[in-house]
Amino acid sequence: MTDQQLTTRAKVERSMTRRRRAEMRFRAYGVMSIAFGLLCLVVLFSNILGQGLSTFRQTVLEVNLHIDGDALGISRQSSEAEISAADYETLLKNFMREKAGATSRDDRRLAGTLVSVGAPWQIRDAVLANTDVIGDHLRLEIIMDDDVDQWYKHDRDIGQPGRLKDNQIKWLESWIADGSLHTRFNTTFFVNGDSREPELAGIRGAIAGSLLTMLVTFLLSFPIGVAAAIYLEEFAPRNRMTEIVEININNLAAVPSITFGLLGLAIFIGLFGVARSTPLVGGLVLTLMTLPTIIISGRAAIKAVPPSIREAALGLGASRMQMVFHHVLPLALPGMLTGTIIGMAQALGETAPLLMVGMIAFVVDVPNFISDPATVLPVQIFLWSDSPERAFTERTSGAIIVLLAFLIVMNTAAVWLRRRLERRW
Amino acid sequence: MPIIKDHKTDGLPFSDSPKLKARNVNVFYGEKQAIYDVSLDIGANEVIALIGPSGCGKSTFLRCLNRMNDTIEICRVDGQILLDDDDIYGSKVDVVPLRARVGMVFQKPNPFPKSIFDNVAYGPRIHGLVEHRDELHEIVENSLKRAGLWNEVKDRLHAPGTGLSGGQQQRLCIARTIAVDPEVILMDEPCSALDPIATAKIEELIDELRENYTIAIVTHSMQQAARVSQRTAYFHMGQLIEVNPTDLVFTTPQHSLTEAYITGRFG
Ligand SMILES: Nc1ncnc2c1ncn2[C@@H]1O[C@H](COP(=O)(O)OP(=O)(O)OP(=O)(O)O)[C@@H](O)[C@H]1O
Ligand SMILES: [Mg+2]
Repeated sequence: MTDQQLTTRAKVERSMTRRRRAEMRFRAYGVMSIAFGLLCLVVLFSNILGQGLSTFRQTVLEVNLHIDGDALGISRQSSEAEISAADYETLLKNFMREKAGATSRDDRRLAGTLVSVGAPWQIRDAVLANTDVIGDHLRLEIIMDDDVDQWYKHDRDIGQPGRLKDNQIKWLESWIADGSLHTRFNTTFFVNGDSREPELAGIRGAIAGSLLTMLVTFLLSFPIGVAAAIYLEEFAPRNRMTEIVEININNLAAVPSITFGLLGLAIFIGLFGVARSTPLVGGLVLTLMTLPTIIISGRAAIKAVPPSIREAALGLGASRMQMVFHHVLPLALPGMLTGTIIGMAQALGETAPLLMVGMIAFVVDVPNFISDPATVLPVQIFLWSDSPERAFTERTSGAIIVLLAFLIVMNTAAVWLRRRLERRW
Repeated sequence: MPIIKDHKTDGLPFSDSPKLKARNVNVFYGEKQAIYDVSLDIGANEVIALIGPSGCGKSTFLRCLNRMNDTIEICRVDGQILLDDDDIYGSKVDVVPLRARVGMVFQKPNPFPKSIFDNVAYGPRIHGLVEHRDELHEIVENSLKRAGLWNEVKDRLHAPGTGLSGGQQQRLCIARTIAVDPEVILMDEPCSALDPIATAKIEELIDELRENYTIAIVTHSMQQAARVSQRTAYFHMGQLIEVNPTDLVFTTPQHSLTEAYITGRFG
């Protein structure tokens, strides 16, 4: 009897070491996979931040420009159109030549190309904003050409000339010494639309396009998704038809997103004639893509409502609809909203289906309405990543940082909402 | 197949002043039959206790009485159940007003995740029983008083109902049920999750409620059945074996199965 007990205990002891080891091993695998995930994340972030943070600084030249009304052919009494049409380019070129002290033909050209091609418009806008400067001096921070910008931010520290000539560097160094050339926060990046010139290119257009597209997507997919989830979960009869619908919704969630783009192209553009390249058609396509996610998460949230609550409501004589709207829905809403935000975050980062409906067009103007031509953040990133200029590479990473910031905000909002609305029972 | 062929319920299944009449009720879950040919009256202003071993169909029978079984898709009921001589399974009957007349208290306390006040006010609100807020307050206060909960919660009517103790929650559920002023109250093991003190309170309450309501209570506690009920019905494997005045059932059971159960030989 005791013998037998002993052997049983010995057996358990023996198996214990094996079990403990297995447990340790399993834990080690877990720690390793998390460490690997974190490492990837760190590499990703440091890479993107390392390349992209400099986007948020912009090199400018502080000038005190004489707005010579006679040379420009305008006065303080001139009309807006006249002031707009004046030749600020020559004014700026001459100013730069003088400032650089360039005399030779080559030098004069080199001095002129230091500033951005957008700089004359900067002067024009400043003059339009305050006509009193005509005939007087205008203090302005002039945007420099992207070659200067890249040299100042990156090459100068390592003693490289970048794409600049020796003379240009000499002038720039002297302006750095007297403090007129410096960097400031890159507002251009946030207030401008896309441009062929990197130093003038911004993401305002892409952000507006993304917001408008998201708006369309949300307004369509949330009500439709929630209604479908409620119907399928609470009202649909259990039969073959419902089963087929269910299976297909689950399948839709796994369909490659580019397919939705093709579908959108055929149906929304081909059949209904919705204008291509617009947030409207983009939002419609993304609605198709987001709906399965919202329906599936909505149904899961409804299923998670305890049956005792339903019985309580029905037992009191609530109708089915009252039960759903008074009790089930309030409890399921946090889960539904979380699912929706996650679906929206997916949609915000989506590129492929939007390419299919023409949102890849080069759009300079910031869209104001859902029927204006527009692009979205990820497509903008895609477009810039294709450009050869170094400054665009930098902006690609900068735009990725902005996109990631949006996604982090949305996911945080999802978590916060869930915590906030979650009720215990 | 029923275990006893052609069994006729022993004792007195019928009442002189019936509120609810069940006649030849059979209940099926899919292919499986859970209730065999049960006929039983529940008299006005009486408390009837339904007892029997686990799985014998007490809950199933009780849930037929306000058609809560409708919510179970595979469940099928045949036979007749009459409330004041109207067939509640009639083709034109709407379950919503029926459940307002025949209320139910469940085994596990299930307050809504809302305030105590809103829990009790919910029924009167959806049935449009009140015109003014004052009336609603009155109903809530009266219901809570009758459920013996008023003194404990009157200072925190807007606290969540789920924050109460188990016994308080169950009394809240009873208050919620009587706020609709039903004619019949069905209780499915209302005290199984409660301690003896909370149980005693609810038993007292049942005794008081009898004046105005007809009550059917499922219980596993024979003492409880003895304390609160006037008649006791013994179910066995889906059949109604015997119905008799409670004191008779517990002293001189008529059927051998009843005797075996109450003397603790199975259950
Ligand atoms: N939803 C259901 N689906 C299928 N079968 C069910 C369902 N509910 C109950 N049954 C079956 O019906 C029979 C009676 O169940 P019921 O719940 O009425 O028993 P009970 O007497 O209330 O038991 P307990 O005392 O344990 O609550 C059981 O055999 C049970 O398995
Ligand atoms: Mg039961």
